[in-house]
Amino acid sequence: MACASFVKLNAASSSWMGQKSSLGKRSPGSSTRRVSLSTRASSYTEELVRTAKSIASPGRGILAIDESNATCGKRLASISLDNTETNRQAYRQLLLTTPGLGEYISGAILFEETLYQSTTDGKKFVDCLRDENIVPGIKVDKGLVPLPGSNNESWCQGLDGLASRSAEYYKQGARFAKWRTVVSIPCGPSALAIKEAAWGLARYAAISQDNGLVPIVEPEILLDGDHPIDRTLEVAEKVWAEVFYYLAENNVVFEGILLKPSMVTPGAEHKEKASPDTIAKYTLTMLKRRVPPAVPGIMFLSGGQSEAEATLNLNAMNQSPNPWHVSFSYARALQNTVLKTWQGRPENVEPAQKSLLVRAKANSLAQLGRYSAEGESEEAKKGMFVKGYTY
Amino acid sequence: MSCFKTKYADELIKNAAYIGTPGKGILAADESTGTIGKRLSSINVENVEENRRALRELLFCAPGALKNLSGVILFEETLYQKTASGKPFVDVLKEGGVLPGIKVDKGTVELAGTNGETTTQGLDGLGQRCAKYYEAGARFAKWRAVLKIGATEPSELAIHENAYGLARYAVICQENGLVPIVEPEILVDGSHDIEKCAAVTERVLAACYKALNDHHAILEGTLLKPNMVTPGSDAPKVAHEVIAEYTVRALQRTVPPAVPAIVFLSGGQSEEEATLNLNAMNKLNTKKPWSLSFSFGRALQQSTLKAWAGKPENVEKARAAFLSRCKANSEATLGTYKGDATLGEGASESLHVKDYKY
Repeated sequence: MACASFVKLNAASSSWMGQKSSLGKRSPGSSTRRVSLSTRASSYTEELVRTAKSIASPGRGILAIDESNATCGKRLASISLDNTETNRQAYRQLLLTTPGLGEYISGAILFEETLYQSTTDGKKFVDCLRDENIVPGIKVDKGLVPLPGSNNESWCQGLDGLASRSAEYYKQGARFAKWRTVVSIPCGPSALAIKEAAWGLARYAAISQDNGLVPIVEPEILLDGDHPIDRTLEVAEKVWAEVFYYLAENNVVFEGILLKPSMVTPGAEHKEKASPDTIAKYTLTMLKRRVPPAVPGIMFLSGGQSEAEATLNLNAMNQSPNPWHVSFSYARALQNTVLKTWQGRPENVEPAQKSLLVRAKANSLAQLGRYSAEGESEEAKKGMFVKGYTY
Repeated sequence: MSCFKTKYADELIKNAAYIGTPGKGILAADESTGTIGKRLSSINVENVEENRRALRELLFCAPGALKNLSGVILFEETLYQKTASGKPFVDVLKEGGVLPGIKVDKGTVELAGTNGETTTQGLDGLGQRCAKYYEAGARFAKWRAVLKIGATEPSELAIHENAYGLARYAVICQENGLVPIVEPEILVDGSHDIEKCAAVTERVLAACYKALNDHHAILEGTLLKPNMVTPGSDAPKVAHEVIAEYTVRALQRTVPPAVPAIVFLSGGQSEEEATLNLNAMNKLNTKKPWSLSFSFGRALQQSTLKAWAGKPENVEKARAAFLSRCKANSEATLGTYKGDATLGEGASESLHVKDYKY
């Protein structure tokens, strides 16, 4: 990270200033040219910015269905289904062919297997999504492993070969990527764990943009722990300060990224629960202190909150205008009732799809700050926190 | 909350927000004795305390001027001076709805092993000095860090050193009730294009906010005083709209919305240029969660000085020139300046001095 950054070694990618002519070789009339995004640009920059804007469109958010095969197996097991490719395909088909989904959903994060799958009629899933104006996304990280020298913490793998994988995913139709790393408050977190989380995200983001994928930047601060909300705020501010600093060092174009933070809440085992208004206040304070306005969208993870909680909290955050789109990227908080309604039975597909629309619409209204909790089902209120949750 | 705790937190946040009031900005009148001497000699006026006092009285007591200002940065000597009829300057300002500010840095020194890059001095005893200034009526402070653009500049060392100096200064100020203006000036000297200035500005500002965050500064109680993003002084000029777009984009990429206001330095631009650039920024239809205003020294005083020429009989004329620039910049913060201020002599004159030292 020394002066080498000024002498650009890789001429193909970043346009860090070392490459630019600083000797005033200007063509006549250049003083009135339009401002381009060429500081930190690659050939994909304009598309990245458009894609990010499309995902961050008013009243819409992300449906996260990128559970690895093992994790998807847990979901299927909860409704007594075997973890086979057929069942996984059937489940994802149910979700992705829901009519009218695109009114509330702007992007869908897929697992690699799903990116290459089709409906039973032979229509590619990515095409189903495109037809609904839903941008297909792809999980690109390779999971968490123990971080040596830390306090029992993890780091996220996946940088090796990421560039070529990303390029392949782009060819298949993906236009955004997601990488989830975690930070644990009960384990410290140690300065090492925070640095590694932030640096890994920054490297992944730069590689993604270089290959046409909008990176969703997700440092999840786990809900586990009995800490108060002030402690969560402290850790979140530290983590995001590191993340943005390293993103800038890696010449990531901020207009072409999305964030996926955890909301700022007390730990799951803390004696007091916080109201949606308190969570909104703390979370917005954190965002205003750390997120430059150039970032177009902030898509919250639900992290074990109940469906109803996740919606209420999002709604509380959208009661006045924010300098970025504040929305959702929910997995469990969108799928819980759907799974229970489906039970693996073909005759339940339509009702299950309807229940997906109910949750999607609720969160759409929350994004617009117009959600009301009247008529929410009991199922929607069930918490989904799992201690030590691993994907 | 997770920035550090101080009894002054609410007051800092209130004062910082006030400085960013739309329609208002800052007069930087904190020239050191040496620097004000250069100004005075340019109009053949002797650099003695009475003349320095008279100039500041000319400015602060100009009828109608103060309502265009939310703050005035003073040099230490001025903080304790009075009008000819014995009224303390800080009272004149306070009654006019203007917060008094104070320059607290002690100038720059060279960093060994670099190509003429500098760091700013002034941390020793800063806490006590700030407490003293607060007692005297100051409510905000200013510290100027300087960086330059060259083949290998700014270096990693210069950026880090200046950013962390600013952060340390900022937190000490907040502990003592003063809103810190964070000023990382990237000099305009050079033949680089606007792209290069943008890249350097973004890099420097990212480092500044990292440092402020590491030091637990209360961002809601700080202000930023950056350079505008422009081509180098030896490079071809560009349109005001282009400067506005590059500048605002750089800020969108680096400045968290918690910062209430950004008060630009003029850095050698002429009075009219600086105003037109600020105006163009405020006309831009894009995300701007902070107010964009001015903290001008030379770009508010140049034509005033020329009109005064040190003569008492010129005070009225000089005050008219000053009021004209104050109003123009006030309108520029609202994006309503029409470029029709009566241009005093020197209003379009570039004020650039190579390798400018305060």
